Amino acid sequence: MILIVAEHAAGKLAKATLEMVTAARESGREGPVTLLVLGQNVAAVANEAAAVADQVLVADLPGLATYNAEVWAAATTQIAQEGEAHTVIIGGSRSGREYAPRVAVKLDAAYLEDATKLSSNGAALQAQRYTYLARVTETVEADGTVVVTVKPGSFAPAAPAAAAGEQYDVELTLPAARVEVTGKSVEKSSRVALTEADVIVTGGRGVGSPENFSRYVEALADNLGAGVGATRAVVDAGWRPYAEQVGQTGKTVQPKAYIALGVSGAVQHLSGMGKSKNIIAINKDAEAPIFKVADYGIVGDINEIVPALIEASRK
Amino acid sequence: MNILILVRQVPDAEARVKINAQQVDLDGATLVIDGMDEYGVEEALRLRESGAPIEQIIALAIGPKRNEDALRTALAMGVDRAIHVETDEKFDAVTLSRVVAQVAQAENATLILAGGQEADWDSQALGAASAERLGWPQLTWTNELKLDGDTITGRHDVDDGNESFRATLPAVVTTQQGLNEPRYPTLPNIMKAKKKELRKDDPAGYGLSSKVRTVNAEIQTRARLNRMIDGKDAQAAAQQLLDLLRNEAKVIA
Ligand SMILES: Cc1cc2nc3c(=O)[nH]c(=O)nc-3n(C[C@H](O)[C@H](O)[C@H](O)COP(=O)(O)OP(=O)(O)OC[C@H]3O[C@@H](n4cnc5c(N)ncnc54)[C@H](O)[C@@H]3O)c2cc1C
Repeated sequence: MILIVAEHAAGKLAKATLEMVTAARESGREGPVTLLVLGQNVAAVANEAAAVADQVLVADLPGLATYNAEVWAAATTQIAQEGEAHTVIIGGSRSGREYAPRVAVKLDAAYLEDATKLSSNGAALQAQRYTYLARVTETVEADGTVVVTVKPGSFAPAAPAAAAGEQYDVELTLPAARVEVTGKSVEKSSRVALTEADVIVTGGRGVGSPENFSRYVEALADNLGAGVGATRAVVDAGWRPYAEQVGQTGKTVQPKAYIALGVSGAVQHLSGMGKSKNIIAINKDAEAPIFKVADYGIVGDINEIVPALIEASRK
Repeated sequence: MNILILVRQVPDAEARVKINAQQVDLDGATLVIDGMDEYGVEEALRLRESGAPIEQIIALAIGPKRNEDALRTALAMGVDRAIHVETDEKFDAVTLSRVVAQVAQAENATLILAGGQEADWDSQALGAASAERLGWPQLTWTNELKLDGDTITGRHDVDDGNESFRATLPAVVTTQQGLNEPRYPTLPNIMKAKKKELRKDDPAGYGLSSKVRTVNAEIQTRARLNRMIDGKDAQAAAQQLLDLLRNEAKVIA
């Protein structure tokens, strides 16, 4: 059996889960594609999951009300063992890449991290992944039981299957969470989440000021129905929240269009957005490295080009 | 208490990465201590400077000879001693966590600091896998850390924002930007570091066998169009770009 741990938030299945279902089906591994839904009050999520998977295992427990790495690892391991899963697929989100290694250790399984492509080669599962700040694509492989995390945005979301999968409730013995969460601040944004957005408008230091960021970057994003991103320079300067940072130490994104305004194109930034389908750069320096990776580039001043873009995109 | 810090020597971000015989070839590349690991070194030193009863700060590197330089950097920053498990064989992070767990136990460490994501393998797994082997909790992507007795508190990033946390040692903490500004080793400290212990351990003693094989590595760059639009007439440039995005790339409505 291929076991996928569903990602969901606010009572809805995440797009990443649909991507993992495609990854499972493309992996060439045998057995039913099984979605495991961990959480509390997750009936709606389980129904959504049933539409795309062969079967759904539902653990609806108070102990799963909030994510905890050790609890999630224990739960996933129990189900993988009981179901004799040879392949466990977990999302390549921050939390997924945090508890998946623990599952691999518990199952004494191989761990293929942050896969962008999966295929089988005889008994081995092969995965592609990016290394060296996403400048290199490596193919790695492992036999036997394998735990895989899947990089968000790398697989097409699965469409609903012809028949809904069966749902089963599962029992779990959960460990106590040893990390106490004493406060939480949630990134609230009225815009599409960066990791789910088809279009992202990102501002760099070249935008000039926090005021210009709102006036240019946010306004253009709103006209295009896009997410808003920022470089580290902008985040370090306190213009924008860290939640918007794209790059090595921020988010990895892969939208259809990535519009970089006043962004130089440092390696650490490219590692987070370099796999975008189309890259559009506006920079006043014709030598800026961002142009080397751009599909469309305008050499020009943000203060002139962006207002014109906002105006033109309003029509 | 003792703190164990994991360090690696990786290509500088601006270094050109070459491929030779389908594997990454670092010959001639500028190599530096992984910036993410530096945050860990710095944080351990700051915890001690803030008065926490820290007896030993020990840096551990596993991998080829070049990692000696990362250990020397850590020693020059102020770490007390270093251990190098030298091997040219490539082990995946989950396998390497066996070494980390054994060293942590042998050295009586109760706090392990590791970089949030490795700049060579782009992996986030070593801290978490080590924590699991030791049966410890972990805090990843930490950007604020305090130590009071054996209680750690701080803040770290999670999927949908950030959280404040409290946990009891032993624990693994993975570090990231914002935690601190790593210090530069001063010349006197670099000189002093030369006299500090850098112990070599035989990898054979740790019972390693990797479950993951590297099949090949390629530099894969997507061919980009590199279509430049003249920005002198802002209106015309904006209109031309939108037309291209709508009709040619079909990425906006
Ligand atoms: C360990 C580590 C991790 C890092 N992680 C990240 C990360 O996750 N994300 C990230 O982004 N960076 C990261 N960085 C930082 C990275 O190296 C760069 O410093 C950063 O990306 C630069 O941001 P920027 O392009 O906004 O600013 P700058 O490099 O200052 O570039 C500004 C650009 O704007 C252009 N410009 C200026 N004025 C105008 C104008 N009026 N009109 C048009 N163009 C204009 C300039 O020509 C220039 O190209 C990291 C660095 C380290 C060491």
